[in-house]
Amino acid sequence: MADETKYALESVFGPGHEAMTQYTPHAQYLGLKVVETGRRFAVMMLPYRPEIVGDPFRKVVFGGAVTTLLDHASGLCVACSLENLEAIATIDLRVDYLRAAEPGCDLYGRTECFRITHTAAFVRGLAWDKDPSDPFATSIGAFMIGSTPGGGSLSRFLPEGEAKK
Amino acid sequence: MQRVLEAIPYAQFLGVQVEQIGEAWRCVLPFRQEIVGNPRLPAIHGGVLGAFLELTAFLRLYAEAGGERAPKPINFSADYLRSAGPQTTYAEGVIFKLGRRIATVHVVAWQDDHSKPVASGNAKFRL
Repeated sequence: MADETKYALESVFGPGHEAMTQYTPHAQYLGLKVVETGRRFAVMMLPYRPEIVGDPFRKVVFGGAVTTLLDHASGLCVACSLENLEAIATIDLRVDYLRAAEPGCDLYGRTECFRITHTAAFVRGLAWDKDPSDPFATSIGAFMIGSTPGGGSLSRFLPEGEAKK
Repeated sequence: MQRVLEAIPYAQFLGVQVEQIGEAWRCVLPFRQEIVGNPRLPAIHGGVLGAFLELTAFLRLYAEAGGERAPKPINFSADYLRSAGPQTTYAEGVIFKLGRRIATVHVVAWQDDHSKPVASGNAKFRL
């Protein structure tokens, strides 16, 4: 059955836009990039840098950076699942490490919103290094929707004139 | 403890420090623009808080039960309790269970009020 829902961020679905991380200082600092967004999913990339590893000899990215990739991608996914722009806040997030991430590799995270209500959204994610069918981590998160009417800062994702504020 | 922290690039990247209080120690995350998630509030990025908690759990375990090899994370779970604003955040970890192969560490992060934590979590590691 086709998804007839009109999503708030529909006009920007597709390959990632600079604007999606431009206004988030930590995303800029970490170098997170949006690869793609669409109906109830998002894909982001965390470029490898020596500054984010745990052990400089093993060169494996520290778990916390993976958590940040999946947390940000999950929040973005919720934004891509809304019909009306509203504020989003993380309630909880759990990351399972299936194996160490490949040293020196850029890391990808794909998140999907599998359930959304007026007040909450549930997102699962997976992170991979070389092959999406061989993830090194998975995540599950719950998000609260709508503590601030008007979409908070999400309207910045939309081209001028399309914000619903 | 300070030396262990200095050997972890990611900890330096986030700006995490260690503070000694008598016999005990805790982790400190000074606020700066680079760790902000939502600049309108401003609020610390959820991923940064999660990472801070994970790092604290790792350090607690390594300090108390560290063998020759660093513990390997199995999973990590964070509860976001309150918005974390533009101030210093502290975190403390407690080893809840230390098995032969698996350890469970509980961590809590707070800002100006220890009884009102901004986030809590628990991390399981393979020893």
